[in-house]
Amino acid sequence: MTFERDPVRIRRVLGDKVQFIQGDMAVAYGGLLAGCSFFGGYPITPASEVAEGMARLLPRVKGTFIQMEDEIASLAATIGAAWGGVKSMTATSGPGFSLMMENYGYAIMTETPCVIANVQRTGPSTGQPTLGAQGDMMQVRWGSHGDMEAIALCPSTVQECMDMTIECFNLAEKYRHPVCLMTDGEIGHLREKVVIPDEDEMDLFERVLATIDKDKFIPFSESQTRDSKVPDFPTFGSGYHTYVTGLTHNDKGFPATDKQPDHERLILRLTSKISDDREKLTSVEEIELDDAEVAFVSFGASARPCESAVWDARKKGMKVGMLRLKTVWPFPRDVVTKLSKKVKKIIVVEMNLGQIYHVVKEYAVKDCEIVLAPKVGGDMHLPHELMEYLEVSN
Amino acid sequence: MSNMKDMTGEQIRKKYLRDGMLPTIFCSGCGHGLSIDYVLWAIEELELDIDKVSFASGIGCSSRIPGYMNADGLHTTHGRALAFATGLKAALPENNVIVFTGDGDCTGIGGNHFIHAARRNIDMTVILLNNYIYGMTGGQLAPTAPKGSIATTAPYGNIEHAFNISELAVALGAAYVARWPVSYPYQPIKSIKEGIQKKGFSLIELMSPCPTAFGRRNKLGKIDELWNWYDQNSILVEDYERILNFGTEEERAGIQGKYKIGVFQNLEKPGFIAEYAKLVKRVIAADDAKFGGDL
Amino acid sequence: MKKEIRICGFGGQGVILAGFIIGKAACVFSDYNSVQSQSYGPEARGGAARSEVIISDEKIGYPRPIGIDIMAAMAQEAFDAYRGDLREGAIIIIDPDLVPRNDIGTPIYRVQVQKIAEELGNKIVTNITMVGALIGITKILDTEAVKKAVIDSVPKKFKELNVNAFEQGLEAGTNARPE
Repeated sequence: MTFERDPVRIRRVLGDKVQFIQGDMAVAYGGLLAGCSFFGGYPITPASEVAEGMARLLPRVKGTFIQMEDEIASLAATIGAAWGGVKSMTATSGPGFSLMMENYGYAIMTETPCVIANVQRTGPSTGQPTLGAQGDMMQVRWGSHGDMEAIALCPSTVQECMDMTIECFNLAEKYRHPVCLMTDGEIGHLREKVVIPDEDEMDLFERVLATIDKDKFIPFSESQTRDSKVPDFPTFGSGYHTYVTGLTHNDKGFPATDKQPDHERLILRLTSKISDDREKLTSVEEIELDDAEVAFVSFGASARPCESAVWDARKKGMKVGMLRLKTVWPFPRDVVTKLSKKVKKIIVVEMNLGQIYHVVKEYAVKDCEIVLAPKVGGDMHLPHELMEYLEVSN
Repeated sequence: MSNMKDMTGEQIRKKYLRDGMLPTIFCSGCGHGLSIDYVLWAIEELELDIDKVSFASGIGCSSRIPGYMNADGLHTTHGRALAFATGLKAALPENNVIVFTGDGDCTGIGGNHFIHAARRNIDMTVILLNNYIYGMTGGQLAPTAPKGSIATTAPYGNIEHAFNISELAVALGAAYVARWPVSYPYQPIKSIKEGIQKKGFSLIELMSPCPTAFGRRNKLGKIDELWNWYDQNSILVEDYERILNFGTEEERAGIQGKYKIGVFQNLEKPGFIAEYAKLVKRVIAADDAKFGGDL
Repeated sequence: MKKEIRICGFGGQGVILAGFIIGKAACVFSDYNSVQSQSYGPEARGGAARSEVIISDEKIGYPRPIGIDIMAAMAQEAFDAYRGDLREGAIIIIDPDLVPRNDIGTPIYRVQVQKIAEELGNKIVTNITMVGALIGITKILDTEAVKKAVIDSVPKKFKELNVNAFEQGLEAGTNARPE
C-alpha cells in the first residue's frame, strides 16, 4: 500500500479557502497540498508549529508523521521515506539545522528529493529561540563539507510560506535535491491571510520514475529518457535493486572512493544540474525599479521593512526601488548584475552581519556602490532606519 | 518452503549477490561474510521476494554489506541507518527492511537512534555485527570493547565498561532479541528468520571476529584463536540462568563475565506500522463520519 | 485607513486569541489587509504578553506596529510595560479591576470586562469581552464581521457564551466615555 495523494481529502482537512494563519502552519499546509506524505521532525522554537500542524493533518490524508529523536534522525527518516517513493519533509530552526548538515550533504550526494523548512532564529548556538533572524543563509549554501549547490527559497509573507513550500517540493522533485525553505521566526509566527489554491490553480511537478529495462537502467547518470542531467528515480521496492551511497560512486552507484575521474564527473553533474538552470529556476520580485537610482536588495522577513521604506521614500519623491530575492540560492546573479548597471547604489538588507551582501558585491559591476544594512538581535529593521541608507555618496 | 539441502552456498550467493561489487572489502578471517550467508539463507528459506526487501546500513565494515546484495540498499551516514530505515519503512510498510550495522555504528555514534527505533518498535530486522572494535578506521576503541582490551586509542588497555547491546534492546521492549557468535552455523539463520517474521523491532547481534584490528592487538590474531575465545567466553542463556539459580559457587564463578548467547526476548506485540495504521483508520473514520461517507 | 492595535495582559489570559479575532475579522470577514504578531516570554503562563494587529486598506510592509493607535490592557504589568510607543491621541482601554493604577494624566476608557465575563458565568471570556469593548469604542470594524470571527475561533460548545461576551462588551464599549 503506497501513499496516493488525495486532493479531496487534502482540501477537506485544510478547511476554508481563506484563512488567517501563522507562517509555520502555512508551511504545513503547503506540504500537504504538494502531496507530502511523510514528516519526520523534532520540536524546536520557532519551528515546532510546522511539526504540530503536520502531526494533526498528515494522518487525516493517510500520511505518516513521526516525532524523531533529534534533527539528525528527522532528516534521515525524511530521506529514507523519499527513497520509499513518497514526498517527504522536515522542519527545524538553527540548532537543528546545524545537526541536519550531515544528512543534508547525504541528500545532495545521493540526489534525494526532499524539503527542509528552516524557520531561522538567531545564533550561533542556542541564540534567541523565539526571535527571527537570517543568519543561516550561508549555512544553507555551504553547510555540508565538500562541493555543492543549494536551492533555497525565502518567503516574505504567510501566503508565500504556503506557496513556496509547494514550489520547494516541485524543485526538489525536478532536480532531485534537498530544497530548503529559509523562512524565519518573524514570518513563521506572523498571522496573515492565506488563500488556499484549488487543485486547478496548482502546478505540481511529479517525480520522474525509472521506467526503462532494469538491466539497462543507470541510476546515477544523466537521464536515459529525457534531456536532463537528473536521473530518473528508481523507487525502492520497484525492482531496480539500486545501491544508494554517500560515498563517491560511479554511475551504477557503486563506490569509487579512490577514483578521481569518477568523483569529478559526479560532482560536476550534481552541481551543474542546478547551476545550468540558475536563471530559469530563480525568481525575484521587482518593486519600483523602473526609474530607481537606489535599490534595496533583500529577502524574507527583512524585505517587509524594505518595502515600507520604498513607499516612504517614493512619497518624498526619492527614486528608490527594491529587488526581492524569492530564490536566494542558486543566486540570481544575472538579475543582480543587471540591476547594478542601472542604479547608483544598492543597499543589501538582511538580519545578520552580512551574508548575501558579499554575494551581491561579487556579481555587481564595480561602479555601483554596494552598502550593507545589517541588523541582529531578533528585531527586523525599522523602515526609518533603512531610510538613512538612501543618501547617495557621490 | 525450500530446503537448505536444495542449494549450495555458491548457488545461493549467485542468486542474491550483486555482479560487479565482489570481492568484498573484508579481511581474511572476518566474520562479516558469514553473516551475509546467514541472511541470504534466511531470505531463501522464507521465500521472500527480494524486490520487496530493502537493506540499509550506516558506516563501517558491516555497513558495506548492502552493497553486495543484489537488492535495494541505502548506505547512509555513520550511526543513522535506523533513522533512515524508519522513514523507508513508513513509506513502504509492506516491504521487509533489514539493517546491517556494527557495534560502533549502532551504539557509539548511533546509540540514540538505536534506543528510539527499538522503543518505537519499528518493524525492521537489525543485524548487528559486533566485533568489539572500530575495524574500518583501523582499530580504535569501541563502546563494546571488553575491559582491559587493547585498541589504538586505548593503547594501555580499556578502562571503560562495555556496552551490552542486546540487554539494552531487551530493556527497551524490542520484540525479538538474540545473540549468536558467527561461529555457530545454524542458530543465527533461525534467529534471522524469526526476526524477519516478527512484527516490530528485532535485533540479531552476531559476534563477528575481527582478526586484523581486534585480534592482532589482543593476542587473538589467528582465526581459530578468536573462534575458541568465543567458545570459552560465551554461554547459552538457558545454561547461564540455570547456573545462576541452581549452580554451585564454583559454577557461578565460572560464568562471571561470559557473554550470554541465545534468544533473549521473543514477544508478540504490535509494531509501529500496525499501531500507526490503527491511528490513521481512527482519524479517517472520524473525518468520514463528520463530513459524510468514505471518499 | 491604517490602525495599529495592541492587546496586552498576562500569559494565559487569551490576548493572542483576542488579536487573532480582530485580525481575522479584518482580512477574512472584511476587505482589509491585516497581520497579527505576538511577543511573550519563555514561560507558558504568567508574565506580560502582548498581541498586536495591524489593519490597513493598503498592503502591509513592515508587519510590527511602529506607533500604537489603540491599546487594550488587561493586566497592570502589561499596561506599565507596553505603553512606550503610543501615538499622540491613541485610544487606551483598560479594565480598572485588572489595571488599578491607571491614572496617567490622559483620558482613557475604563470597561470592567472581567466583571462582565464573570457575570456571564466564566471569566475565561474576559478577552472576548474586551474585543467587544474595543470594537464598540473604536468602531474600526463592522460588528457582524467581528462576531463571525468570534464564532469561527471558539469551540462550538462555547459559542453562546462567547457571543454573549462579545455583545455585552460591545455594548459596554459603545456606552463608555474617556475619562
